Amino acid sequence: MACCLTLSQYAQAQTDADAIMIPKNYLCAAGVYTHSQWDHYWEGTFKRDAPNLGTVSSNAYMLGFVYGLTNTIDVSVSLPYVSTNASAGTLRGERNLQDVSAYVKWLALKQEIGKGSLTFHAILSGSIPASNYEADYLPLSIGLHSKNVALRGLVNYQISQFFVAGAYQYVRRSNITIDRNSYYTTEMHYTNEVEMPNVSNYLVSAGFRSLQFNAEAVLTKVNTLGGFDIRKNDNPFPSNKMNSTLAGVIFKYSFQKIAGLELTAGGNYVLKGRNVGQARTGYAGIYYIFNTRKEK
Amino acid sequence: MLLGVAVCSSSCKKDIVDRTQQYPALNPSSLDLNADTWKPVLLSDFSTLTVVAPDAVTSPAYLADINEIKASQRNLTADQKASIKYWSAGAVLRWNEIMRELVAKHNVAPYQNIDGTYPAPNSANPFNYPEFPFSNPPYAARAYAYVSAAQYDALLAAWHFKNTYKRTAPYKNDAAVQALIPTSELPSYPSEDAVVEGVTVELMKLLFPTELEYINQKAQEEKLYRIMAGVNTRGEITAGESLGKQVAVLFAARARGDRAGKAIGTPAVWAALQTTAIDPGKFWVSLETPKRPPMLPLFSKVLPFLFDTLTVVSLRPAAPYLSNSAEFKKEVDEVASYSKNRSRSQEEQVAFWADGIGTYTPAGHWDAIAADEFVTQNYSEVRWARNFALLNMAEMDAAIVCWDTKYFYFNQRPSQADPLIKTLTGVPNFPAYTSGHSNFSGAAATVLTYLLPDRGSKFTDLAQAAAMSRLYGAIHFRSDVEVGLVTGNAVGQYAVNRGKADGAGIK
Repeated sequence: MACCLTLSQYAQAQTDADAIMIPKNYLCAAGVYTHSQWDHYWEGTFKRDAPNLGTVSSNAYMLGFVYGLTNTIDVSVSLPYVSTNASAGTLRGERNLQDVSAYVKWLALKQEIGKGSLTFHAILSGSIPASNYEADYLPLSIGLHSKNVALRGLVNYQISQFFVAGAYQYVRRSNITIDRNSYYTTEMHYTNEVEMPNVSNYLVSAGFRSLQFNAEAVLTKVNTLGGFDIRKNDNPFPSNKMNSTLAGVIFKYSFQKIAGLELTAGGNYVLKGRNVGQARTGYAGIYYIFNTRKEK
Repeated sequence: MLLGVAVCSSSCKKDIVDRTQQYPALNPSSLDLNADTWKPVLLSDFSTLTVVAPDAVTSPAYLADINEIKASQRNLTADQKASIKYWSAGAVLRWNEIMRELVAKHNVAPYQNIDGTYPAPNSANPFNYPEFPFSNPPYAARAYAYVSAAQYDALLAAWHFKNTYKRTAPYKNDAAVQALIPTSELPSYPSEDAVVEGVTVELMKLLFPTELEYINQKAQEEKLYRIMAGVNTRGEITAGESLGKQVAVLFAARARGDRAGKAIGTPAVWAALQTTAIDPGKFWVSLETPKRPPMLPLFSKVLPFLFDTLTVVSLRPAAPYLSNSAEFKKEVDEVASYSKNRSRSQEEQVAFWADGIGTYTPAGHWDAIAADEFVTQNYSEVRWARNFALLNMAEMDAAIVCWDTKYFYFNQRPSQADPLIKTLTGVPNFPAYTSGHSNFSGAAATVLTYLLPDRGSKFTDLAQAAAMSRLYGAIHFRSDVEVGLVTGNAVGQYAVNRGKADGAGIK
């Protein structure tokens, strides 16, 4: 999920945003590298450059696991290490473990309709910060440090090797604690706690899936349900109204000679945003899927 | 699934307690009835002020005012009750908070023009971008000082007229009037809250002209609160507001002539600074892109409250280390080491004291610290004003002395001396020597330690932390912060000396 001005996108073969399931007792181990950068951002709705930051970039190195609890329930856990950098100005970047994420993905419904197959997935996910990183250091903080719980509904319709999908996710975010004991949003607050607005997102995707090769295009719209705009030339703040519309692609290749080994690559671009950077993001991952039980 | 439940149990609580909303109602342990004998800042003679004698408590006008109170108390809404609770903490306190909010709101540097120059705020056309003011640290320190000093003088005058007319409070004159806040033996004519409101609003018109609508709304709330709470009649409020406005005239006239309006300088002034810099060829240069003119280089010429302009020069510390000295190189290396090897607790200290753009600035931070302390002291309204006046006059004068030092030496920032030095917070757009935070904090800690001696080293420890945060943040050299603290302490001592001689004493 596009979260902030630092922006970190993680996508994998089996994600909390697709209709792919891992069979019972199978484990998928993943390593994903993500690079993201921007040199323009939106201050409210005003698009501008950032000469005192130059290009803001982030690198994330993620390790994750997905496990097939049953044929209809997968569980996953992942953790990225993230570093940020500004190419101009004097501000230091930040680097640390970011947030531990976990999800449970449930194939709730599968129905043959016409020539195709319709599925509905419910995905419950959560994340908690894995380190005491400084969230109130935008746009160079590695994350927002809230504890999140999210529920996503995903509908997928597949005919032969072609599919279309749509999903909606609601993310509830906890308050965060910052290093200051007062701050100004649209009014003064005398506390070190910040109320984080909740977030929702929609996505539509379409593509091709075969055993060997997947290709998918995704359009995502992220809305912050509340929050406030960065004022002209002010600093960003964790509870800003961070919205974005992203267009992206995902590719996956499964080796036939080495069973279970997959490569993924993809990227996305912020077409339109509010209080976020116009990020270009690319990622590449390696996956290994294997059965944890001997076949009988 | 367990993770989801665990996350929800902690994330589902969204109510946040704002500590200023918890402040108790003002309930002074002493009325400070002799405050009309305390030494004012600008006022010389109460006889220059007019507060007509109040109507007799048996007059139809007074009885009509009492009836207004009773009617307002009949059906108090939840919002009105909340307003009573809010304002009951004290007028000086709440107006100081309102100022801090406006400072934070207006503390954003102008965005550049397309040609790489920067527009400047214009008080004659305050709504035009960039709005007037840009309430940067010197501007803010001066604004707090004027309002605090004016509130203090206005309240001394209020106490004079209270003692003259000795009008008892509405709830004492009519048993059907309820006092919804702590009662007091203090005479109620003129209303001290209205005096504070009147003097503050007049000065805010000058200091934050684009906020007039918001300020007037707060003023209306406060005046209505006094009536709803049963502690003032409309006549007492009208008299108080008028007295406050009369005192404001003195301070507004001083503000118009104190040279702050010219503090921004001119391109010729900015260019000349490079030729007078102590370290030829190694002078301060803006680290922003495009390069921004230095912040208020002529703020050093503003008229201080606590001493004269010659004293400003005499308080200027000795020159900083020159860039070719071994001491300088050692200081650069030290900053570089803090830049590279930072602990999370140092980051926290840097962020806590950053007080950069979008904040109420260091002077406001010290006001916030003072307010949290003062609310536990059961001060009278006039003592609140006196203590904030001492604190904020010291902060303004510390700004003047610090700005004099900065622009006299015009010394470079660590990231200029070593471009590899990355900073943990934004680099302020003015010379390094000496640190503004250290001057503000030294001065504030000296005043607060005098006012609250039982706090021991609490304030000097805080000042030390504030000063060192600038070194940890890699935006200042060690000598900037150490010398800045010493100078700040010296400025604060002038306020302490004033406090020792003003007749109020400490309590």
